[in-house]
Amino acid sequence: MSTAAPEKQISNVEEATVRFCGDSGDGMQLAGTQFTTTSALAGNDVATFPDFPAEIRAPRGTKAGVSGFQIHFSSNEIYTPGDTVDALVAMNPAALATNVADLRDNGILLVNNDAFDKKGLEQAGYDTNPLEDGSLDKYKLHSVEMTKLVRLAVEGLGLSQKEADRCRNFFAMGLVFWLYDRSLDPTLRFIENKFGKKPEVAQANTKALKAGFHYGETVEAINTQYHVDPAELPAGTYRNIMGNTALAWGLLAAAQLSEKRLFLGAYPITPASDILHELSKHKHYDVLTFQAEDEIAAVTSTIGAAFAGAMAVTASSGPGIALKGEALGLAVITELPMIVINVQRGGPSTGLPTKTEQSDLWQAMYGRNGECPMCIISASGPADCFYAAQEAWRISSKYMMPVFLLTDGYIANGSEPWRIPKMSELPKIKISHPEAQDDSDENFKQFDPYTRDDNLARPWAVPGTPGLEHRLGGLEKADGTGNVSYDPENHQHMTDVRQRKVDLVADDIPEQEVNGEKTGDLLVLSWGGTYGSCTTAVRKAQAAGKKVSHCHLRYINPFPKELEAILNGFKQVLIPELNMGQLRSIIRDRFLVDAQGLNKVQGKPFSVAEISAKIDEMV
Amino acid sequence: MSIETPLPVLKPADFASDQDVRWCPGCGDYSILAQMKKVLPTLGLPREKIVFISGIGCSSRFPYYMNTYGMHSIHGRAPAVATGLKSTRPDLQVWVVTGDGDGLSIGGNHLMHCIRRNMDLNIILFNNRIYGLTKGQYSPTSPLGKKTKSTPMGAIDNPLHPLSIAIGAEATFVARSIDTNIKHLSEMLKRAAEHRGTAFLEVYQNCNVFNDGAWEYATNRQTKLETTLELQHGKPLIFGKDRDKGIRLNGLDPEVVELGKGIKEDDLLFHDEKSPEPSLAYLLSRMRYEDGFPEPIGVFRSVKAPQYDEMINAQVEEARKQHGKGNLDDLFNAGETWDVK
Repeated sequence: MSTAAPEKQISNVEEATVRFCGDSGDGMQLAGTQFTTTSALAGNDVATFPDFPAEIRAPRGTKAGVSGFQIHFSSNEIYTPGDTVDALVAMNPAALATNVADLRDNGILLVNNDAFDKKGLEQAGYDTNPLEDGSLDKYKLHSVEMTKLVRLAVEGLGLSQKEADRCRNFFAMGLVFWLYDRSLDPTLRFIENKFGKKPEVAQANTKALKAGFHYGETVEAINTQYHVDPAELPAGTYRNIMGNTALAWGLLAAAQLSEKRLFLGAYPITPASDILHELSKHKHYDVLTFQAEDEIAAVTSTIGAAFAGAMAVTASSGPGIALKGEALGLAVITELPMIVINVQRGGPSTGLPTKTEQSDLWQAMYGRNGECPMCIISASGPADCFYAAQEAWRISSKYMMPVFLLTDGYIANGSEPWRIPKMSELPKIKISHPEAQDDSDENFKQFDPYTRDDNLARPWAVPGTPGLEHRLGGLEKADGTGNVSYDPENHQHMTDVRQRKVDLVADDIPEQEVNGEKTGDLLVLSWGGTYGSCTTAVRKAQAAGKKVSHCHLRYINPFPKELEAILNGFKQVLIPELNMGQLRSIIRDRFLVDAQGLNKVQGKPFSVAEISAKIDEMV
Repeated sequence: MSIETPLPVLKPADFASDQDVRWCPGCGDYSILAQMKKVLPTLGLPREKIVFISGIGCSSRFPYYMNTYGMHSIHGRAPAVATGLKSTRPDLQVWVVTGDGDGLSIGGNHLMHCIRRNMDLNIILFNNRIYGLTKGQYSPTSPLGKKTKSTPMGAIDNPLHPLSIAIGAEATFVARSIDTNIKHLSEMLKRAAEHRGTAFLEVYQNCNVFNDGAWEYATNRQTKLETTLELQHGKPLIFGKDRDKGIRLNGLDPEVVELGKGIKEDDLLFHDEKSPEPSLAYLLSRMRYEDGFPEPIGVFRSVKAPQYDEMINAQVEEARKQHGKGNLDDLFNAGETWDVK
């Protein structure tokens, strides 16, 4: 018997997609983020997709409780977390049952076979054990006694069996790290930082991690390692970043660039709460975070903070935004600047709290009483949230009006490499307030809060400033004086002004880019989190010689000025959306263009294949 | 030696805006507005430091008539708007003007949370026991059986008692006054203004159009000394035209007793507005005319407690002591990063 490790091959691949899945208590999100960080540090481009149940602890071992984390990493630039999975780690039968369909033929399947007992199989709905009945023959199945091996690895550390079993995710990570030729160092550093104060836990996780790695090295059945070279990304310093974090940091940056206090009024709601959590950690940047008693107080306190002169923000998701509707009308009529963030999730009602959807576009566009237009911008990916936040504040403060910023659960919880900017490179956001005046001065003039500058913005006079005392409110205002007015002509005029303020933004935004030729057979028009899958699908179609171009909207209200001409340059228009056709209906309404839709609401992002199939069907 | 600019001497008229006051002639709101204009110049604050925030309802037109900063917001939300304002700018004196419908019905949640946070706001609740602006539906303070447009057979929901609610949420300052008792009202407004933390003042206010005489028993010159009781800190609870009646505790229950006939002042309940326990104040808030008690007016409770607006800013300062003012470049580059050449 030889003690030397068996000979292993290393196979270079351009890219790979790995998914960890298990029970929601199995630590799959942690495994996924560690693998992401490690791959990013190895220089790959990465895109991730965490997928977890709404219940914190659904009944153990059930399909409802399965939590997953998918990572796509590549030596080329990538835009999506991947359609199909090259390697699947399934920690129990329920995870296998709910995820194996996404594993490509001949893909690697790593299974914790200790979990495949009678009860586990029953809970997953298996009549026979799939590890033994041949049903998984089309995959490279590696059935590993993870529970047993982990218990052995941590023996002697004085851990209970339950505590020992909690280290299983580190074993799985170790094995996948070996499989993809990854360094253990970032995860070892993570363990040290996270569990340094509990040496026995740190030691156990380290042992489990290494045990997994060594298992890969030693076991003959797994004879190939895969290697993905670093990607060629623009030069700079990078980090991996999640959408909600990027959004919170973008807000911090915007506050600093405009020399403002940042006020966040928020009520906890999935998937927006992480914005509140992140900003709450950074009070020393002059950040006030107010966890309000409800969504209405969250937005109305934000209005109060805006009146007080702060950079005011409220962040929520669809159900919360519904509650804020009346107050957003107040924000519009008082013409106060603030950012309203909607991290969209599946609806209606409570809907699918942890799943992504783009179905609140109409809500943002139309969801208020009266003629109540709001500027709407949307982020296209996790890192873009950083810049979208600053753009929202630039527009809001310049035009003195609330701005909607739409992201979604997929962007918020997904992550990608972010080239870290220097604060000094970011454009300043200039804000001015009218100056105090002395009411005993003979030139004193009663302050009129609804006079306007070239952008139709009214002056942002802040309480505490002498001589500018004025009253705002939800009743219609006379333009100029701001006094309550029921005058019919004035109401028409103010309604027009509020609309014109939004329309003016179209002259103040970058020219709409088109990826591909400006004319052709098909334009794919998208917005928000579908950017990655649309980009990838269109590039594939272009590579196949099709006259297809892609136009991704950041500005939805108003639309970019060029959009109409762009739409008219194509024989057909396809609008893929994770809703039943909300942008499409607005485009048809606005431009009389017979745009076609590709629509689904299944709590999941589009796969590239879905969009490619539709493109192929149309051209 | 610093040179201080003396504050300009302001008069009540300086606090009047240029807008016509549009309440119905004879409305109790006029009296409250007049007393407010009298009290503000005595507080030593410049006009620009004062903000009035209101919700919706007759009382909520108040900010339009004050030449200060102000916002007439949306129904029930004034305490929340004021919370954002005061948290951001704790140097401002912020008043919330609300009514029984605005504050206790649609905005009940905000009122309760604002009070428990002890936000430094002065909340004046104009209680007229009716919806006036919508022309006469019953309100959460209308008595059982009240016949209105929306309750032709009489109201069947139990009324809320504003001060019981405020004390239940452990308000640090709770008081009651009456629109027609202008001397007392201005004193209460001043006490509310001087309190640090949430000051909650209920004002019995007559809606002479839709609910005229709702407080008749408490305002009628003939009966008011028998039906109300003016609270004074440290003093026994005595009332009556001849000051011959008092309130005594019988176990945990108050009872009306006549002085003399073996009952001395020392046997009566003594008012202690500074009691850390809100139970006594709560007991006073439950003394109701219909149950045979005089209704207390004055300061029920006035205690000191930490204020949210100060603490939220103190946390910023504390964080700065620990981390400095922060450098975003450092934040962005913290943790795992890598360089692409």
